[in-house]
Formats: sequence, C-alpha cells, structure tokens
Amino acid sequence: MRKLGGILGLMVLFGVCTFGAPFRVAVILPSTINDFAWSQSMYEALVAIQEEMGEDNFQFVYSENMYVIADAAAAIRDYATQGYNLIIAHGSQYGSSLVDIAPDFPKTSFVWGSTAQTFTELGIHNIFAYAPHAEEGGYVNGVIAALLTKTGVIGGIGPIKTGDAKRYAAGFEKGIKDTRPEVQVNYTFIGSYSDVALASEAARTFVNAGADVLTGTAQMTVGAISVAKEKGIFWLGYDVDQSPLAPTTVVASIVVDWTVALKPIIGMIQEGKRGGEILPLTFANGGLKLAFNEAALEGKLSPIEIIELKATVWETVRKIVSGEITIEVE
Amino acid sequence: MIGATLVGIATSAIRLATPYLYAAIGEAIGQLSGVLNLGVDGIMLMGAFTGFYVTLLTGHPALGLLAAMATGASMGLLMAFISVTLQAEQGISGIGLYLFGLGLSTLLFGMTVGTVKTVSGFPQAPIPGLSRIPILGEILFSHNPLVYGAFALVPLAWFVLNKTPLGLKLRAAGQNPLAADSLGVDVIRVRYVAVVLGGVLSGIAGASLSIALLNVFQQNMTNGMGFIAVALVYFGGWRPLGVLAGAMLFSTVNAIQVWLQVQGVKIPSDFALMMPYVITILVLASMAKRRIHAPAALNKPFERGGE
Repeated sequence: MRKLGGILGLMVLFGVCTFGAPFRVAVILPSTINDFAWSQSMYEALVAIQEEMGEDNFQFVYSENMYVIADAAAAIRDYATQGYNLIIAHGSQYGSSLVDIAPDFPKTSFVWGSTAQTFTELGIHNIFAYAPHAEEGGYVNGVIAALLTKTGVIGGIGPIKTGDAKRYAAGFEKGIKDTRPEVQVNYTFIGSYSDVALASEAARTFVNAGADVLTGTAQMTVGAISVAKEKGIFWLGYDVDQSPLAPTTVVASIVVDWTVALKPIIGMIQEGKRGGEILPLTFANGGLKLAFNEAALEGKLSPIEIIELKATVWETVRKIVSGEITIEVE
Repeated sequence: MIGATLVGIATSAIRLATPYLYAAIGEAIGQLSGVLNLGVDGIMLMGAFTGFYVTLLTGHPALGLLAAMATGASMGLLMAFISVTLQAEQGISGIGLYLFGLGLSTLLFGMTVGTVKTVSGFPQAPIPGLSRIPILGEILFSHNPLVYGAFALVPLAWFVLNKTPLGLKLRAAGQNPLAADSLGVDVIRVRYVAVVLGGVLSGIAGASLSIALLNVFQQNMTNGMGFIAVALVYFGGWRPLGVLAGAMLFSTVNAIQVWLQVQGVKIPSDFALMMPYVITILVLASMAKRRIHAPAALNKPFERGGE
C-alpha cells in the first residue's frame, strides 16, 4: 500500500514537472524593487502577472542592485544555467552582456530593456526587447508643466542623456513648447543614476533660477522630489506613481506598465518563439498610463482651473493615442 | 541678475562643501597620526543610514546625529583595531572597511526601511542678525546647523592640531613614532583617538547628507564622496585651511557646472560634469612643486622597539 502511494506520489510529481511546469522568470534590476522608479515598476509588473497566472504557473526571482555590469553578467549566466524560461535584463547597460551570453543558451529567451534592438543582425534569435515611448509620457508631463507654471520657468533633471531619459526629456520640452512657447525650460543631465546629492542640488539651483515646476527620471530623483516638497513647488514623475512620496507635490506621474510587453513575450515563448521581437509601450497600447494626483492641486488652483487642466491633459493623451500628436525623437 | 546668480552659486558651493569638509578634516586627523583610512566612504554611508533611521524612528534629527556619530566612532574603532593593533596593511583594510560599510548600510536599509522615505531633518536655521547682512547673509548665514558646524570645524581643527598638546602628540605619532614613544607619547593610543575621531567626523559627514541636506537615504548615496575627501586631504597638504580651500574649489566648480546646465548653456553635459575633476587635477598638478610632504610615518604600523 505504502509502495503504491509512493509510486502515485512520484507520478503526480512527474506530472507537475512536465505538463504543469511553471513559467520561470529571472530579472536583473539595476536598483531595488522599491526605488519608487525604474526597478519598482518592473517588480510590480511581475507581481501582477503572477497574480493573474497563479503561483503554480508563474514564478519569478530577481537580483537587485546590479549596478555593476560585470555582476549583472554573472547573474544572467547563472540564471541561464539554472534553466529559467525567460531572463529579463532590465537596463540598457546590460545589452553587450546579453550579446555575449544569449548565444550560449539557445533554448532560453532573454529580454533587453529598454531598447529597440534584438541583435538578429548578429545572428542571435533569442533576445526580445521592449521600448517604452517615454517621449509620449514626457510630452504629457510637458503640457501639464506648461499649464501649471506661474513663473514661466521649468526644469528637468535626468541621469545620463541616453535611452528613456533622453526620449522623455525631448518629449517634455516639446510638450511645453507646443503649449506655451514663451515658457523657459531647461533640462539637465547629472551624469549619474545614483547621485542623490547632485540631483537635489540641481533642483535647488532650478528653484533659485525661478522654476516652480520640476520633473525628472531615474532613481536619483528622490533627492530632487524632496527639494520640491521642501520648497512647495510641483513635481511631475515617471516610472511609477510617485505621489505617495510627496502627496502635495507630485501632480502627475507617467506609469510604465511593463505587463503590456511581458505578457505577449511570455505568450510567444509558450508558442515556441525565442526572440527577435520588439514590443513598444505606448499610451495607445496601455504600456504608458497617466496617474493624476488631484490632491496636490487642491487649494493652489481653483476647482474650475483643476477641471480645465485635467480636460486639456486627457485631451492630449487622447490625441497621442489617435495619432493627432506625434512626437519625433532622434 | 548677475548678483543673484553669483549668490546662488556661492550658496550652492557652501552647501556642497559640507560633507567633504567633515570627512576630509576627519581623514586629515587620522593621516596626521600616521593612519591612512580609505574606508571614509563606507563610514559615511553607515553614518548616513543610522542618522536617517534614528531620525525616522524618533523624529529628532539631533538624536539621529548622535547615532551617526556613535556609528562613525565604532567604524573608526574597527579600523583602528585592524590597522593599529593588528597592523594590517592600511590601504587594503580601508578598502575592506569601505565595502563593509557599503554592504551593511544597504542591507540594514533593506531590512528596516526598504523603500524611499523622507524625514524632517535639521531645518534651515538663519542666524539672527547675521543672515540679514546683504549678500553675505544669504551665502553664509542661511543654512542648516550642520553646514555651520562644518565651517566651524576648520578653525577648531586648526587650533587643536597646532595649539594643543593632543595636536602635538598626534603629529609626532605620524612624523616620528619612535621618537614620540621615547618621549612618553603613547603612540598606539594617540592613533586610536585620531582614527576614532576621524570616524565620528565621517559619520557626521554622512548624516549631513541624509538628515540635513537631502533628508532621504538611498543605497550608496555618497557616490564616492569619501574618496574625494581623501584626495582633498592631499590637496590641502594635511592642513585644515588647505582642506577648506580644496573643498571650496571643488564644490564651487561643481555648483557652476550645475548652474550652467540648469541655465541651458549649451555645453555637453559630460563635459560639464568633468569640470570639477579636471580643474581639481590641474590645480593639484600646478601645486606639485611646492607640495608639502605627507606625514613621514603615514601608512606605517607602529610597534614598540620595532625597526
């Protein structure tokens, strides 16, 4: 009897392993899962997918703080060796590592984010890519900034002038120019994803120069948000809803919903495709969302002004979705 | 307009110089006694974290500052034990201490706070009367208390190092420990005091970021400031006034580059970011001829009756 039970147990186990094998994902994050920015948005996407597919069908592990590229490369290789179905390298800095590693693990799929390159031209066919159209989010925040500013001076703080940060900045400046061309906007790149002190000093310098609305991308901007809060000016966020950080300061955040790219990628892998696709994240496909925090405006704008502002902003989003507004970036 | 701009840049520079002043003067004290401590950045991170965490829990930045000082002292004690008592290679043990502080502060932050939070740190405290002086009042006397502390530290450190018996013993331990020993100076004890004091100041340097200037904590938030502080010690020729000059030069150029970018002056951002470092190196090179020599026994462990 006991023997039979043992065999049955083995069969059940075997069945689970082959037929109901969970989809296993490993993700490499440059900062932490609660950075209120880039890495947190990816973590939240994976949690959402897990809730939807169930823990039996979808499992994920992550490595945080992989700001040293060599460490990230080692982690990617480790995960690949352990047989994960999908390995997400969530940072444009990891591209060359993927080119190095992916060919050694042809049965594993990799994702490089965020970029519009999958290296099929190098004969590599197991890399996907996702590309948020950050310029769309930047444009909407630019419109909001132009409508909010009273001093006519607006500032932006970015990390390094590349990828998402560059596209967001270009969109932001265009959104302002299209709304109120006379407004002065300057965007500064501080050369680092981690230098909170420099980000905050840039914010103070903007305030000294008369700015009353600030924006920025990447995890070091928490320093700047803290300055905006202290000085009582407005902040417009990116990546995740940053309003919990400073509820009376953060007027709006552009939230990136990575599930819009990840779900189709998982679907393609389950159908046997290994890579080669680039998935955009836009307002049109729901990859970008606007989180508007009305509470930050109460008492500073009249109720009618708030309603008008919101109408213009949502109209802008609608026009981007319908293609009436297009934003070109280099 | 030009006036307001210059005031803005000067105020920025004073603020930016603050953590460097604490850390570099602390490091200078340690080096004058003969101990090179490359772990400054790690101590700063630990000070930044404990200062932040205690402020978050209690709501009192003063308690946070005390916690940061205590943490700095323990890290200094650890460094002194390794390099003075165990006589380990100072450069390597300092780098070890840095990595330890970086890792431990990240771990503790992850375990306790975990996410981005802001605290109410030391508020701005304009000095009554003085802050009303046109121009200078805004530049010098409208900061938070830790900024004043950093600048008050310069004459204080000069006085202690040059005018007190402790300062004399300290410099003797770093110049000629054998002679100092023969004159009855307890070299080991003096070095311990110097390194622990350096640790306390590095702890304050970290806290000046997390509970006074930025009021947030993030992993690796010092971003290598501790190493620049070590460079400033050489720059300043191991003198508090020299360190002040170096810190002000570095932070002024940094403030100018931030300002240039914020004003939309069309220079490549990478070039602007390089400026503080390039100018620091240029000045350092131009001063090489009249360089003051490092304490003779720097980096050398002391053993009674050794050599």
